[in-house]
Amino acid sequence: MTTSSVTPESHPTSSDESAHVPADLASVASTAPIEGGLGAYFRTYRQRVRSGDMGSLPAVSGLIVLVIVFWILHPQFGSLANFSDLLKQSSPTIFIAMGLVFVLLLGEIDLAAGTAAGVCATLMARLSVGYGWSWPFAIGAALVCGLVIGLGTGWLCAKVRIPSFVVTLALFLAFQGVTLFFVLNGAGAHGNISITDSFITNLYNGQMEPWLGWVLAVVAVVGYALVKVRQMTSRRSAGLIAEPVPLVAVKVAALAVLLAVAVYLLNLNRGGSGGSQLVNQGGQLVLVKPPALQGVPWVVLEIGFFFVVWSFVLSRTRYGRHVYAVGGNTEAARRAGIRTDRVRISVFVISSFMAAIGGVLLASNTHSVDANTGGGNTLLLAVGAAVIGGTSLFGGRGRPADAIIGGLVVAVIANGMADLVQGNNRDSIQYIVTGAVLLLAAAVDALSRRRAGAAGLG
Amino acid sequence: MAEPTLSLRSIDKSFGPVDVLRKVDFDAYAGQVTALVGDNGAGKSTLVKCIGGSYSIDSGDYTFEGKQVHVHSPRQAADLGIEIVYQDLALCDNLDIVQNMFLGRETHGRVVLDEIAMEKAAAGALKSLSVRTVKSVRQRVSSLSGGQRQTVAIAKSVLWQSKVVLLDEPTAALGVAQTAQVLELVRRLADQGIAVVLISHNMNDVLQVADRIAVLYLGQMAAIVDRKDVDQQQLVELITTGRTGDIGLPATNATAGAV
Repeated sequence: MTTSSVTPESHPTSSDESAHVPADLASVASTAPIEGGLGAYFRTYRQRVRSGDMGSLPAVSGLIVLVIVFWILHPQFGSLANFSDLLKQSSPTIFIAMGLVFVLLLGEIDLAAGTAAGVCATLMARLSVGYGWSWPFAIGAALVCGLVIGLGTGWLCAKVRIPSFVVTLALFLAFQGVTLFFVLNGAGAHGNISITDSFITNLYNGQMEPWLGWVLAVVAVVGYALVKVRQMTSRRSAGLIAEPVPLVAVKVAALAVLLAVAVYLLNLNRGGSGGSQLVNQGGQLVLVKPPALQGVPWVVLEIGFFFVVWSFVLSRTRYGRHVYAVGGNTEAARRAGIRTDRVRISVFVISSFMAAIGGVLLASNTHSVDANTGGGNTLLLAVGAAVIGGTSLFGGRGRPADAIIGGLVVAVIANGMADLVQGNNRDSIQYIVTGAVLLLAAAVDALSRRRAGAAGLG
Repeated sequence: MAEPTLSLRSIDKSFGPVDVLRKVDFDAYAGQVTALVGDNGAGKSTLVKCIGGSYSIDSGDYTFEGKQVHVHSPRQAADLGIEIVYQDLALCDNLDIVQNMFLGRETHGRVVLDEIAMEKAAAGALKSLSVRTVKSVRQRVSSLSGGQRQTVAIAKSVLWQSKVVLLDEPTAALGVAQTAQVLELVRRLADQGIAVVLISHNMNDVLQVADRIAVLYLGQMAAIVDRKDVDQQQLVELITTGRTGDIGLPATNATAGAV
């Protein structure tokens, strides 16, 4: 560390005394509970942000600003139907991004995640439509395909030691060919494979019964509260500094309010004005009231499930700790006896597995797959989502939550721009804006790193 | 004197035609700081790597706690209780102190990491070394100064109840105040009954903290002397020429080596 020699070391005794002064704790980049009340927490957080460790702050504030701007410019943006659409539209990106977080944590990149999603999706469609496989087998095959792709990619990177950029760039191209092959050999009249299995199409398009939304929200809040309280009490009984009760209460209450509002809004009927329509039923015209369109989209549960699983894996298990260690300092991890090659392979497996799920959702969305499924900007949006969410491109920093926040930002931009800019320039503007946001996020990442370095935080 | 914890006899190590270590003897005693000094290329790093298992020795005896052992990998050395604190520290910046001290050896239940047990043990290890410069064991290592990082790396060896700790240039990148702190830590480490081996270029550090000084000269052990038997000038002479007065390599030998 180059700055160490100029950093004045505080005198041992003085720092020992000051350890009990909350204000002084502001300089501690702590990852765990600290002494003092809420004020100390707030100060510590502010200090962390100022020293470059911004976490998801830019993404969350960006998300809020974007929503407000689009809402003002185009009131329809804030409609109930659009709220639900946003959640759905972000889901494939979030899944792929969540897998990419693992790869990015190691400072690697998986450029093939998008087209791998395409391969898995077309495989599923082909098996479901062409061979009449039922959905558990078709989806299972897609997921296994994802695992195998990840294993191969990881092996090439970790054992053959080809840079991941090159391996996945090559696979990015190759997978497009595989997708094309599947589609050409099984496509219908429109150059795509239409999926008829309603389970598969409902994965993206379906919503749960309103009561189920409430049950899940309660389960989530109670589960979170239990984990927090248990953590707090066990730390306290072990004589360690624990989070203050008010902070835990605020966190639990915030989650409860957020989920309650979201579930309430999603449970309202968003199916338009509800006017009856004439429908041809068995040869005669009948006046039919359209079914109510309400309920939390299934994608929310799907995302929530994997968010909880991967967050648990990364923060509470040895494996997760080792992923961070390899990402932070591979040599140190190797000397500590961690099998760095295995960790490296495993992150590519996770990435491709999550990409496979993203691919299934992409197919579910359009009820079909075609030669472009998973191609185009699918991958870049997912990388953008992870980076916008706060995952570092330099490795060592990132969380599954980043994928969700970033995925929402990306979806809000795409959705808002699509409404806002009509006509021929629609796509071009959207590409440019999304690209600019990604660049901005990467710049924030690089600058916060530099600032952390300048502040002696390595 | 008591039996050495670590004892090497007639160690040879060569890389192809180059003899890096020739008939080297070396001992490290519990509760003592043994300094290992020598000019660049004298073979200090090679010797350390042989002890640590990164290199295997070509011939010679490697005795640990009175038993002859064969160390062929860092893992084996670690299992014996030999910890090496590398010059470049081998800490992960993005992890906190506890996470670094337990890296690769995490305490865990069936699935979940036992953070509380690890935090208490890490704090205990730092406390046993009277470390006061670290405010919270949950600080990320990226926020620590160079001296504090050395402290963490050294405390790790206490945590794992190492018997021999090799410190590779622990003060090389530090300022005056931090160097003093780290040297004090080295002393306390030895006072806990650990055999400490200090590799250093810095004469002041060596003379200040060492009990015994081993001087390597062009792959040979020129002398192993008690701290009180040498002064700075003699030590410098030993390092640069392999002999001083009647200590060191025989005159002919030293000259032959210098060619």
